[in-house]
Amino acid sequence: MNDMRIVRKDVDMNDTKISAKGVQVYYGDTHAIKDVDVEIKDKTVTAFIGPSGCGKSTFLRCLNRMNDTIDICRVEGKIELDGEDIYDKRVDPVQLRAKVGMVFQKPNPFPKSIYDNIAYGPRIHGLAKNKADLDEIVEKSLRRGAIWDEVKDRLHAPGTGLSGGQQQRLCIARAVATEPEVLLMDEPCSALDPIATLQVEELIDELRENFSVVIVTHSMQQAARVSQKTAFFHLGNLVEYGDTEQIFTNPKDERTESYITGRIG
Amino acid sequence: MPVLWLFILVLALGLIGFVLGRARALKDAQGDIRLLHSLPSYYGSNVLLATLIPGFAVLVLWLIVQPMVIHGQVAGMIPERGLSDYGSLNLAMSDVRRVAEGLDIAVEQGALSAEQARDIRTEFTDIRGRLGEVGVALGSNVQPYVLQAAQKYRAMNATGHWLMSAAVIAAAIAGFAIAYMRTGKDMRARNSVERVILILLLSAASIAILTTIGIVLSLIFNTIEFFKLYPATDFFFGTTWSPSFGGGSELGILPLFWGTFYVSIIALIVAVPIGLFAAVYLSEYAGPKVRAIAKPLLEVLAGIPTIVYGLFALLTVGPLLMSIFGQDGGLGWMQGGRSVMTAGLVMGVMLIPFVSSLSDDIINAVPQAMRDGSLGLGATKSETVKQVVLPAALPGIVGAILLAASRAIGETMIVVLGAGAAAKLDLNPFEAMTTVTTRIVSQLTGDADFSSPEALVAFALGMTLFVITLALNIFALYIVRKYREQYD
Repeated sequence: MNDMRIVRKDVDMNDTKISAKGVQVYYGDTHAIKDVDVEIKDKTVTAFIGPSGCGKSTFLRCLNRMNDTIDICRVEGKIELDGEDIYDKRVDPVQLRAKVGMVFQKPNPFPKSIYDNIAYGPRIHGLAKNKADLDEIVEKSLRRGAIWDEVKDRLHAPGTGLSGGQQQRLCIARAVATEPEVLLMDEPCSALDPIATLQVEELIDELRENFSVVIVTHSMQQAARVSQKTAFFHLGNLVEYGDTEQIFTNPKDERTESYITGRIG
Repeated sequence: MPVLWLFILVLALGLIGFVLGRARALKDAQGDIRLLHSLPSYYGSNVLLATLIPGFAVLVLWLIVQPMVIHGQVAGMIPERGLSDYGSLNLAMSDVRRVAEGLDIAVEQGALSAEQARDIRTEFTDIRGRLGEVGVALGSNVQPYVLQAAQKYRAMNATGHWLMSAAVIAAAIAGFAIAYMRTGKDMRARNSVERVILILLLSAASIAILTTIGIVLSLIFNTIEFFKLYPATDFFFGTTWSPSFGGGSELGILPLFWGTFYVSIIALIVAVPIGLFAAVYLSEYAGPKVRAIAKPLLEVLAGIPTIVYGLFALLTVGPLLMSIFGQDGGLGWMQGGRSVMTAGLVMGVMLIPFVSSLSDDIINAVPQAMRDGSLGLGATKSETVKQVVLPAALPGIVGAILLAASRAIGETMIVVLGAGAAAKLDLNPFEAMTTVTTRIVSQLTGDADFSSPEALVAFALGMTLFVITLALNIFALYIVRKYREQYD
């Protein structure tokens, strides 16, 4: 960092949670991610910004090996979670995804009750000893998802009956219920109205106390509001990565500046 | 003028209309198609349709109405004595038509001149002999009143034909003229052509519906007829099925119904798990290459004619089961190759592609977001399938199974060859039994007298089957509709 700006303390003091080195991603013959190095800190919100098709969502999906579900996708390079290579043969992607949760662009509650939506992960991973335990996990997760007050009287109503913003917070609560260490969010607010967006953003800020959060967003204001670190992707390259304030006020790369000021993208 | 020529004439008139209508519209706009309301070809099509529709409508109507009118007129000429000679008016009329046709053929072949044919008299000519020479054989000597009726029939037919030609051409020309006169650059030709297309589509849809109604009606009347001859309670609750055309039959549906039910259940027990698992494999696990090969191969099963399945049951599955469960295998449960089990197993194989193909489509329709959500929470593939994909697809899968069930209930050939012909109420699946469909076949083939309860019972059986499968289909649709879109 060559400028004199003071970085927020809680960012710099934290350890590296995920470290990616020389990551390449190919979709068939398309080279989607080119040689990306990035260090994601613990208990920090990291934002990935960049124009559409720049590879930020693809890179995000590498972090919990969701790209494994796409046949033609190939990942090279090294991604470490707490110093362990997640693409190692001994790592079970299913176990990894329990540790690295994900929230998607479009709210995707299961066609089950609100309760069963939240209880899905804990049930699969055997996190609850008994029904009372599970009830407690569900309540805690819904509270952390900032949706408890709205749904506490209708836990057995279908999750698909909620409004879009409520559904997205339900999905966040569902991801939180499995006690992940990292939470990946792929444009979590793009389908929401401004009020629901605000609620989700507040939620993200609270989640930072417990998790490392990585968020892909098209909204630069959102990145500036919620994140401490920002990475700017362009055409599959990681152009610039640094503290959010520095990226938005004093970008080092010309392309970053052009994008932030609205000249490209 | 033969109908074919008339048809071609109207068609030609229509094509001329197309060209002229198009040209008139273009001329009205001084050749600039931007000034037209519709594209030029719409104006042509409009005149074409305005010519063809009235022309063909009159033609079709006339062809339907003319025989009725002539029949009514000529029938009045048959005296009371004729009714006793022939036994009924219809038989007398068919003789009249034969004589009239015979005269037509004789004139065509030059054996008689047109005047001779008109004025011929039974008193002076041996008509039966003359017609026999040109190849029209009559059963008895022609009565004078029959000949007169036949000549009247010919005369009316000839006049009718001329009138018809005139009316058809007049209608076509009138339609042509009106449409042509109205053609101008502001006329909304496209809208009227669209309306004709709409009516065309509508009538195609209504033909399908009307056919269903027609089938139901034809069944209903015969069923009512049957219940007049045979008490409904005996039919629905009787436990013996022993038709004998000599009378004194017992026609209880229960043994047949039990056979149908038993065979269908075994078929579904075979088809549902295999079909469903195949669908899950194909849609969730198989790679694109495997899928591209396996899916069509599986669907080949659906294209095999059911009679071939029947042969498979009779020649392969039956003997195979016999060697295990029959006397040879030491169990002695099975007396012959034909049994409920034989037919049920083979029918189950037949239903596999039904269940798998429909379920595969339904599982594929579950949004990928659902799977991503589950996988993203650390669920394995099978947990995702079991807890998220299948519950989301369940209504559709239930619909697929019910459709397969109604197919199983209506299946005939496999049962004829595989299950035997004995109507029994028995729990042993290795016994020969029979089903509703096979009994319908056997009651209606052969010398059935359509006024005896033994033949009419087929309609009552058919009606019962129809009601059951209809209820199953409606239930399937209801299930699918009620739970559909739950995940959207």
